[in-house]
Amino acid sequence: MGNWDFIDPVSASRSQETCLVVLAPAFGAKARGIYRPLLRPGYCLGAFVYEESEVVQGMNQRSKSMAILLGLGAILIIVSVLAVAIGSVHIPAAEVVAIILRRLHQLVTWQATNLELGNDVIVLNLRLPRAILAACVGACLALAGCMMQGLLRNPMADPYVIGVSAGASVGGAIAFLLTGALGWRFGIALTPLLAFLGAILAVVLVYLIARVDGRIPIMSLLLSGIALNTVLSAVLSFLIYFSTKELQSLIYWLMGSFNGRGWLHVGIILPHLVIGLVLAVYLARDLNALSLGEEAAATLGVHVEGSKRLLLLASTLLTAGAVSVSGIIGFVGLLVPHISRLLFGPDHRLLLPASALLGSIFLVIADLLSRIIIANAQLPVGIITSICGGPFFLYLLRRNQARRF
Amino acid sequence: MLVVNDLTLAYGTEPVIKQVSFSIPKGQFAAVLGPNGSGKSTLLRALCRLHRPQTGTIRLIGRELANFGQQELARQIAFVRQSSSVAFDFTIEELVMLGRLPYLRRFQAETSHDYAVVEHYMRLTGLWDMRKRYLYSLSGGEQQRVFVCQALVQEPSLLLLDEPTNHLDINHQLELLDLVATLNHEQGITVIAVLHDLNLAALYAERLLVLEQGCLVADGPPGQVLQAGLVKQVYGCPVSVIVHPVIERPQVLLVPRTSEETATLPEGELLS
Repeated sequence: MGNWDFIDPVSASRSQETCLVVLAPAFGAKARGIYRPLLRPGYCLGAFVYEESEVVQGMNQRSKSMAILLGLGAILIIVSVLAVAIGSVHIPAAEVVAIILRRLHQLVTWQATNLELGNDVIVLNLRLPRAILAACVGACLALAGCMMQGLLRNPMADPYVIGVSAGASVGGAIAFLLTGALGWRFGIALTPLLAFLGAILAVVLVYLIARVDGRIPIMSLLLSGIALNTVLSAVLSFLIYFSTKELQSLIYWLMGSFNGRGWLHVGIILPHLVIGLVLAVYLARDLNALSLGEEAAATLGVHVEGSKRLLLLASTLLTAGAVSVSGIIGFVGLLVPHISRLLFGPDHRLLLPASALLGSIFLVIADLLSRIIIANAQLPVGIITSICGGPFFLYLLRRNQARRF
Repeated sequence: MLVVNDLTLAYGTEPVIKQVSFSIPKGQFAAVLGPNGSGKSTLLRALCRLHRPQTGTIRLIGRELANFGQQELARQIAFVRQSSSVAFDFTIEELVMLGRLPYLRRFQAETSHDYAVVEHYMRLTGLWDMRKRYLYSLSGGEQQRVFVCQALVQEPSLLLLDEPTNHLDINHQLELLDLVATLNHEQGITVIAVLHDLNLAALYAERLLVLEQGCLVADGPPGQVLQAGLVKQVYGCPVSVIVHPVIERPQVLLVPRTSEETATLPEGELLS
């Protein structure tokens, strides 16, 4: 076995045995030289760097990855409980846990449910589904962003770059107009459906335009994505121009929000997340090889075109699912994969699941902020993520320029 | 080992390699020479199945190249490019480890054997001490060594190099080719390298294949192939060929067309 080494003089004064924190590896395990400032919160938790001895390196790599994922999972649970507890009505975290456990127990033992207490209703029908939905959407967007960045070999790419968001926006706008004009009661189901169809149609179109004798060159994929994005945003503007009484709710939806979402939406997104996650883990090694370029990946034994197609499929399913339940939430898919790469390194076998968890954590917190930042107002969560994301994007741009030139 | 028969390669309808046939025995160090646009790189890409042949066959260890599985082929052939770029910040060790992909199934983590192989070749290529560093912090020569090392951990029986010494200074050129020659001698890896530098090719390769406009115009040991007449015919420039003062290999000297001393020499003398 290797030895646990402290990376911080402050924590170094403590005894080695007592400072073993489960969450520590999540922050400190890959203290990659230049990113150390980023890891500060990790030090405060009493973080360690695990210095691997070379003999058991392979085994360590695996257990280290497991530790990171478990740590992130624990953080996600803590954050979610907090998100359920905090709000216009404060419910103690212990009570939240008790309510959830009681309900789980009822479910497992097939007992009839009784939601008489006010807090039961708030937790189980309002805040819990909302937190779970935020976690699922965060995971979907982060996974899709991670895959698109790997596929396009560009850390500036995001899940929306190949037209998903534009297609979904147009679909969603049509749904809002139809609901408004025809007075349908099915608006709540129509919006996710049309947004999903719009997203899928847009990507299929981009794919067909980009395809050159059975292959999809990355550059033409990117360019046809950008072109379609432009056309569809014109269509969206056209639709917005004609919406009058639906205007406000449409604009809110376009910003991305979890207001008024419930278990139905969790049910919609969950299959996307499961399929996407499985495909992500399946394709992780191909993404590693693809970061050397398509030809290099091929000479390393990767079926490049097949993998690319699967990657597109997975990221489209994930993004379309996310967009259909929550609208266009920006920057999660760009920001989160990036931060995970800084923290955990570029190996997609760890990066993809870690990004998914980090995306969940990020969006649960962002949604919590959007609910409490202004009392009695429910800001669209997309505003929060964009406020965090814009400056971060600029920072990345600056950093990359410094690196390359 | 490798048998190429009547191979024609084309981009669209424009043939780049025209009905080329040759065979490379196991353990040989062969160099492919020729001016720009003669089809060298395309030929090399076809040998690792990155370019589909128009007509003709390529056989590796008695089997048609097209019949190999993707991973199976990657265990036989490794390919080192002129220059490679990596999208994300992998450490040197992680990059080299990617060379073990042909041996790993999906969902399978690297075994201690993979780590042992990686360590062995990283020590051999002098990369072990910088294994935690990033590619961008390395010099051009070191970067190229990383990709050679990545190719080596594939444990291929055939190593293809496409102008591996481009952008390297003379010391690093020697270092890289010394390394390849050592592996060729000691481990019996068959090497086919596309080289620009005729002299380096003559020093290291035991066989030279010369391409001119997609046709194989010369094929044989350096002493036989590197004649002033052939170089003049293929490259179109006057040269003088001498024997290397230390080892028994031909070396090509360029002769400036504007030089006063050569202007007075008769044509025949210059070409001898």
